[in-house]
Amino acid sequence: MPFEWFVSIRFLREGRMQTLLIFIGVAVGVAVMVFVGALIDGLQANLIRQTLSVQPHVIVRPAEQGARDVAVRSASLVAARIEKSAQRTSTLDSWQVIQQTIDRVPGIVASSPTVAGSAFASKGNVSRSVALRGIDPASYPRIIPIDQKIRAGTFHLVGNEAVVGTELAKDLGLAVGDKIRLVSTEGRDDIFAVTAVFDLGNKDLNQRWVFVSMRSAQTLLDLASSASTIEATVGDVFEADRVADEIAVRTGLEADSWMKLNAQLLVALKSQSSSSYMIQFFVMLAVTLGIASVLVVSVVQKSKEIGILKATGTTTGRVTRIFLIQGGIVGIVGSVLGSALGALLAQLFANLATNPDGSPTFPVDLGPNRFLIATLVATSIGLLAAVAPARRAARLDPAKVIRYG
Amino acid sequence: MGETVLELDRVVKDYGTHVTTRVLHGIDLRVERGEVMAVIGPSGSGKSTLLNLMGLLDRPSSGRVLVRGIDTTPLADDAMARLRGRSIGFVFQFHHLLPAFTAIENVLLPIWSDRGTVGRAERRVARELLERVGLGPQADNKATDLSGGQQQRVAIARALVMQPDVLLADEPTGNLDTSTADSIFALLRDSGRERGGALVVVTHDPRLAARCDRVVEIIDGHIVSDVQKATAPA
Repeated sequence: MPFEWFVSIRFLREGRMQTLLIFIGVAVGVAVMVFVGALIDGLQANLIRQTLSVQPHVIVRPAEQGARDVAVRSASLVAARIEKSAQRTSTLDSWQVIQQTIDRVPGIVASSPTVAGSAFASKGNVSRSVALRGIDPASYPRIIPIDQKIRAGTFHLVGNEAVVGTELAKDLGLAVGDKIRLVSTEGRDDIFAVTAVFDLGNKDLNQRWVFVSMRSAQTLLDLASSASTIEATVGDVFEADRVADEIAVRTGLEADSWMKLNAQLLVALKSQSSSSYMIQFFVMLAVTLGIASVLVVSVVQKSKEIGILKATGTTTGRVTRIFLIQGGIVGIVGSVLGSALGALLAQLFANLATNPDGSPTFPVDLGPNRFLIATLVATSIGLLAAVAPARRAARLDPAKVIRYG
Repeated sequence: MGETVLELDRVVKDYGTHVTTRVLHGIDLRVERGEVMAVIGPSGSGKSTLLNLMGLLDRPSSGRVLVRGIDTTPLADDAMARLRGRSIGFVFQFHHLLPAFTAIENVLLPIWSDRGTVGRAERRVARELLERVGLGPQADNKATDLSGGQQQRVAIARALVMQPDVLLADEPTGNLDTSTADSIFALLRDSGRERGGALVVVTHDPRLAARCDRVVEIIDGHIVSDVQKATAPA
């Protein structure tokens, strides 16, 4: 075994209680780091997942028409001007071409056209205002996994079939197989058979959304063959911003990412992350100071031994390394213990409370990277904390310390 | 006269920065290979300072210390440490073993620190040395589990492991009983003779000095006598 390693390990073993305490200290610090990080990241990932389970990553809409002059003919004629319309009226006529363009944008994994409009759903004499969503049942589940949110019936939309939410079903007393009448604000109406009831985990959406086939929605809303929006899914949800910008550039349409539409949520998540980093930083700072103070004490306790080593020819470089290695070992051992402890704590916490569907109320993220980073951080601070004690040890004058036994 | 292994050339040592105290006043001293020398003198005479300078643990304020003709003045600290490890063996009054290490590990430390690692050959050398000092069976005992005399024997084996040119012993028998002291001194002297290196013993014990070939007396930082005996007593 190399000399420095051998001496380092012996010195640590000789320290017994001191070594044990500092191992525990580092382990607790690393455990806090792992636990807090796993919890915060888990909660955030869950929050984003929940948000994105009812929202597309990117929505592409027709560009909004601003106020513009349409004609300035002569001095005798006042220029006609169109003001910005209060409601979005334009639609995507050649959406197939646009969809092809969108699909070619790097980062896009799926896209689906939708037709949206307002309607009334009625059964008997009860009627509710709903948001009509005409979708392509083949591709839409890749945008919002509606097929996995079905509580009754089977997700099926062909011809005059409709899928409604649990709240609407309750309000109208609907069951799978029942018929409802949908009346659009344009005054067109038709009868639809309910094939499934969904639960998106959001009361408002469960009350408002009614899915029909794109064809039916186009007929009801008098839209010929156009689509209202094209919704897209990206591979990396945090790239949605960039992908949306790219789509806007390529299509000339308006493309909004979920990040833009949920700016407040993201700000909240960021400040939560910062406070989590702050906690982790100060915990690690305390751990660093702890390691440093234990090693300083150890240098004082072992000054005679260090003097003997130097008297018998050990160079200052080797003495420095003996203490750096001790710091490194403390960091590595502490982070292995701490990772295990943190993972255990996080797992316990995750199992503490569960949602009705069995998923944890406090989901934790225990990816391998977390432990890798914790180990790297703890080892680095172990080394860092050892610098001052190591230099102190290296500076010891052997002639002074060995005279007085 | 044999080869000079250690030479002090007009060595002066001052202590203090504002008020300086001269501890050594221009010492000239040559240690020859195979010599067994005693340095005697009262407390505060400068013996220990002289020992530190001879052992390359300290540097003179002026003058030169030469090891096998090599001037140590221009050497950097680490080069000095390496030269010290290779050419000087120390035996202190208080054995100064590392308590966390076994006897054989203590013996191996200088060679280990010099080469970085030790193999089977070095271990064999260390074990032979321990057998030579009569501690073969205790080789794997913790240093703290040995008696005072045994610890001093381990310290001697450690001082010899690098086959140093000079073995420096500072009151090597100072805290041992008379019979143990006698056997420790015999061991030091004999191992010095076997190797052909020099032995320098710093002591204020006249009995110990009487058993050396050459006695150098130092008082107030000056060498006041340097007596070479025709034949060393057995």
